[in-house]
Amino acid sequence: MVYEAGAPFSCSSRHSMIDIVLFSLLGESMGSASSMLTQYDIEEVQEYCDHLFSQQEIVSLYERFCQLDRNAKGFISADEFLSVPEFAMNPLSQWLLKMVDGLNFKDFVAFLSTFSAKASAQHKIELIFKMYDSDCNGKVSFNDIMKVLRDLSGPFMSDDQREQVLIRVLKEAGYTKESYLTVDDFFKVFGNSNIKMEVEVPVD
Amino acid sequence: MDTAGMLKPSSSELDLDRPNIEDYLPSGSSINEPRGKLRLRDLLDISPTLTEAAGAIVDDTFTRCFKSNSPEPWNWNVYLFPLWCFGVLVRYFILFPARVIVLTLGWIIFLSTFIPVHSLLKGHDKLRKKLERVLVELMCSFFVASWTGVVRYHGPRPSIRPKQVYVANHTSMIDFIILEQMTAFAVIMQKHPGWVGLLQSTILESVGCIWFNRSEAKDREIVAKKLRDHVQGADNNPLLIFPEGTCVNNHYTVMFKKGAFELDCTVCPIAIKYNKIFVDAFWNSRKQSFTMHLLQLMTSWAVVCDVWYLEPQTLKPGETPIEFAERVRDMISVRAGLKKVPWDGYLKYARPSPKHREKKQQSFAESMLRRLEEK
Repeated sequence: MVYEAGAPFSCSSRHSMIDIVLFSLLGESMGSASSMLTQYDIEEVQEYCDHLFSQQEIVSLYERFCQLDRNAKGFISADEFLSVPEFAMNPLSQWLLKMVDGLNFKDFVAFLSTFSAKASAQHKIELIFKMYDSDCNGKVSFNDIMKVLRDLSGPFMSDDQREQVLIRVLKEAGYTKESYLTVDDFFKVFGNSNIKMEVEVPVD
Repeated sequence: MDTAGMLKPSSSELDLDRPNIEDYLPSGSSINEPRGKLRLRDLLDISPTLTEAAGAIVDDTFTRCFKSNSPEPWNWNVYLFPLWCFGVLVRYFILFPARVIVLTLGWIIFLSTFIPVHSLLKGHDKLRKKLERVLVELMCSFFVASWTGVVRYHGPRPSIRPKQVYVANHTSMIDFIILEQMTAFAVIMQKHPGWVGLLQSTILESVGCIWFNRSEAKDREIVAKKLRDHVQGADNNPLLIFPEGTCVNNHYTVMFKKGAFELDCTVCPIAIKYNKIFVDAFWNSRKQSFTMHLLQLMTSWAVVCDVWYLEPQTLKPGETPIEFAERVRDMISVRAGLKKVPWDGYLKYARPSPKHREKKQQSFAESMLRRLEEK
């Protein structure tokens, strides 16, 4: 379903020999892939991501999307995400992959819009919550948090140590090992404090 | 991943000299280190890690190294468009056939002299070597002429001397042709399939080129030995290594493999900068075969480039080969105006190992452990 929706935004990059000569001519005359997005496409995507990105930014993101989607399938596979070493080296890359694997262009932009400077703190906290809520049941258990902590601290801590810290910290905030945290709990925990979660889209 | 793309990455690297990426990675990642007491909020706040990941999805310096730059279209108005059309006619229907003729002539002249020289002068090794060297240089000049190569060479020409290696930044296989037309270098390269491979095993053999199969571990040892033998020989052709091990788009330099810097030789850096005014000389081996790349060059107005032969460098006392490699990389990037990135070009074909994320994990673990110690 996701895959079908990607079709109108798939980018072309595989050609036969003759095509390449023609294409290089065309490329010389038309410029980059940006010209393949019409004003309507851009507006549609913009609406889809609540206008958190400017049109310029969407064009940039589209170029990036096509670059990552090497075989022009209309979506980016896990393998292609991992071909970016900075991403592959991220401790949470496996968790993020669950959210971004196989996204078409619109959903790709929607996912990234959370990282826009214009996105609300609530939006950002919801994303963090979703990261923890791996089974998507709307609540985060002690074990859910432990799983993420395991990836964050790697081999430098034992499970025992992690557990101790988590229990202590939960207790201080008024929760126990058995409690389930909901989104609202997350809002409460994060309070009004500033979450710095902004990524700038390079526009040239 | 396409297998065709994996076979083609170009010349000159050895796996045995793969440096540790850790040595290059910038320290001090942006993982949060909460001051004072660690609270639940700090523990749950994974935003810095998420931001880094999203940042890498949106843009990253590694992929930038291998991005071809599409030419800026300039035929956007009524006056320019006919001009551009005229240019297309000239380039595809006059220049291109003329260049094909030049190249064919070049091949005929080259082969008709090379084959007799190669087979008849078996007894006179010195003379044969000299003639072959001249012929290979000539053939490369024909190649350069076939894309109207406007090359400016700066600095003293390389000379034949034992115990020296030339290292250059790498943009395309045509680097090799451009350098070869001035001096017959012996180059270390990846064994290529197709007609390039045929050239390698017949003609380039005669100038002392060394090649290997990236996938064969056995090859590496043989190559390492050949390499050492080659640099010791007094009248061997000067050795040329592209220590990046892969083609980069001439805006960035990736990490240098340290192999060339461990030979106990003088290292002579060469900086190559292409002018993109007519055509992008970067060979994107994932998208294009080398033949297509040459066709693209042959249908453009000209390939404009500068080559600088820089001052020879030696290992300073107390310097590690990696530091030495970085120093030479500095010289080349400054001269050619390239940006340095802390990536290994090999990451194009392999994933970074889980070890690489340990630095980030360590700083996070430390902040958690500190909390554990507090009573």
